[in-house]
Amino acid sequence: MASNPMYQFNVYRIGPEIKLGSVDISFTNASLFMVISSLAILIIFNLGAKKKTVIPDKLQLLSELSYSFVAKMISDTAGSKAKPYFSFIFSLFMFVLFCNMFGMIPYAFTVTSHIIVTFVLAAFIFVGVTIIGFMKHGLGYLKLFVPSGVPMVLLPLIVVIEIISYLSRPISLSVRLFANMMAGHTMMKVFGGFVISLGIVGGWLPLSFSVALTGLEILVAFLQAYVFAILTCIYLNDALNLHH
Amino acid sequence: MLKKIVFLLFVTCFACINTVFASESGGMPQLNPEFWISQIFWLIITFGILFIVLTKVILPKISDNLETRKSQILENIETADKQKEESQKKIEEYEKIILESKLKAKSYFNEAREKILNDISKKRAALEKDLDEEIGEVEKELSDVKNKSGEKINKIAAETSAELIKELIGEEVNSSSIAAIVEDQSKINKERKDV
Repeated sequence: MASNPMYQFNVYRIGPEIKLGSVDISFTNASLFMVISSLAILIIFNLGAKKKTVIPDKLQLLSELSYSFVAKMISDTAGSKAKPYFSFIFSLFMFVLFCNMFGMIPYAFTVTSHIIVTFVLAAFIFVGVTIIGFMKHGLGYLKLFVPSGVPMVLLPLIVVIEIISYLSRPISLSVRLFANMMAGHTMMKVFGGFVISLGIVGGWLPLSFSVALTGLEILVAFLQAYVFAILTCIYLNDALNLHH
Repeated sequence: MLKKIVFLLFVTCFACINTVFASESGGMPQLNPEFWISQIFWLIITFGILFIVLTKVILPKISDNLETRKSQILENIETADKQKEESQKKIEEYEKIILESKLKAKSYFNEAREKILNDISKKRAALEKDLDEEIGEVEKELSDVKNKSGEKINKIAAETSAELIKELIGEEVNSSSIAAIVEDQSKINKERKDV
């Protein structure tokens, strides 16, 4: 069963079965890796924020660089109005990044390769952004669906397309992350299986491919976390600044 | 737009594959809803705790650190600028002092030179005066001697000629006429010499 490339995505219970009423909320390997990722983030950034030296040490530099990286990302895409949402986007970026990166460790579980996890995150962002938009602009937020400078004839069509694209935001956001992570890990598993089945004679080619894929996957892990965060910033920008 | 359509197709494909494979090998574990609630529950708990701790504890510290560093660096730059200005002032002062001392040295040098030149010219004048006086005296003496020697020569010539005449003729000749003749002769000699 272990040779099945999908086997790595299996969720299984760790410890006893926990039931809240009739729903099963048992601690699983997915929960374990969520906890590990969150703890790693908290420990690294807490250590990085602890010392207050003018010349930073490695952890402090890391935490301060990521802080300014995310701050720059937000101010570039969403402007200064998005400052109150900095900590949310920072947590989101770090959570997705660490989950992706922990998934790169052999035998580890990739939390973000599950559609339900990414979908919950994306749906939360979608709902939050929509609420922020309506709170800031009232019903004027609906102007988002009516782009300026469009001929009257095309307007009904454009509005429908805009609404569909707006509503598909959480799906595209979640599927992008989930599909990237799942496809990458499946591919690595498949090539790993080729190495075993071709043996010492022919196994070198898929092995080298596997090595290259590992590098690519680390890049993808970072890139998808970045894309996830920056798309959140862009949606937030739509809600805050509304210059469609 | 195209991407989104492709992604939607992807999802439906996965769903189809899942239903096909479900009967055989369990298919995609992602689409098995057995642990969905558990995953959502633990996601909310872990991400919530992460978000709260980051917001309340860690991020303010990091931004504080960045702010203090910024202000400290600005302060340092300010003090550095101040010190730079001060040092420039000091350099200017130093250059001024050097210029002044150079001028002073020049003036001292010039004074000393003038003094020495004055001394030299004074001493030279005195020396020249002395020399002139001595030359004058010597010239006077010389001219005296010359004048006197002419007369003496005439006298001696007159006497010797008188004695010679006496020896030759044995008669005494009027000495004044002899003197006149000698004088005439010496004048002629002189004229010849002059010519």
